[in-house]
Amino acid sequence: MEKVTIVVHSGELDRFMSALIIGNGFLAMGAEVTLYFTFWALQRLVRGRLSKAPLSRMNFFGLGAWMMRRKMAKAGVASPERLLSDFRAIGGRVIACEMTMEIMGIAKQDLDESLIDEFGAVGLYVHETLGASKTLFI
Amino acid sequence: MRADLFVDVTGQTCPIPLVEMRKAVMKAQKGQVIEIRGTHAASKKEIPMAADSLRLELLEVSDGPDGSWRILIRK
Repeated sequence: MEKVTIVVHSGELDRFMSALIIGNGFLAMGAEVTLYFTFWALQRLVRGRLSKAPLSRMNFFGLGAWMMRRKMAKAGVASPERLLSDFRAIGGRVIACEMTMEIMGIAKQDLDESLIDEFGAVGLYVHETLGASKTLFI
Repeated sequence: MRADLFVDVTGQTCPIPLVEMRKAVMKAQKGQVIEIRGTHAASKKEIPMAADSLRLELLEVSDGPDGSWRILIRK
């Protein structure tokens, strides 16, 4: 089975959504997928923050993100909550970066542990990626 | 042909039709037929691609009214 690892580094709505959509796409086609949440993306796993993301461009103090969410809802695009829950329902794994937690002062209890399969550092990512055929950094 | 599992992704967009197909494939027993109905144009091409990657048998791709489609896959 093909194996894919994705470093989810960006916490902005557009980039983070791309990671979830691509991850789901790989799973649907039969690949094994692991998402490594690090830096700004890890903030999205803090309780209640999954959808509270700015845009990477044209955010305009949140107005851009608000408009983008409205446009996405109108186009029938699934929410980040649904995409992440589907991702795990079809076999995807979510790993939270422990070093980011230390740097940003995020404790395990701050994170929504129902969204996370495992905690780990770069070694876990590298070890899995050495056995993977593809890796992405988003 | 009668399907054993039925997936309706009418009005849903990328990547939900693929995701719901994958869920149905996980639920189905070997030999069972899955019927997927939807309206997302790209998924009409991509679900057969997924069937190929998952080594499933693509039985039928047909068009309905207003851009809707129906795909039958055997696990």
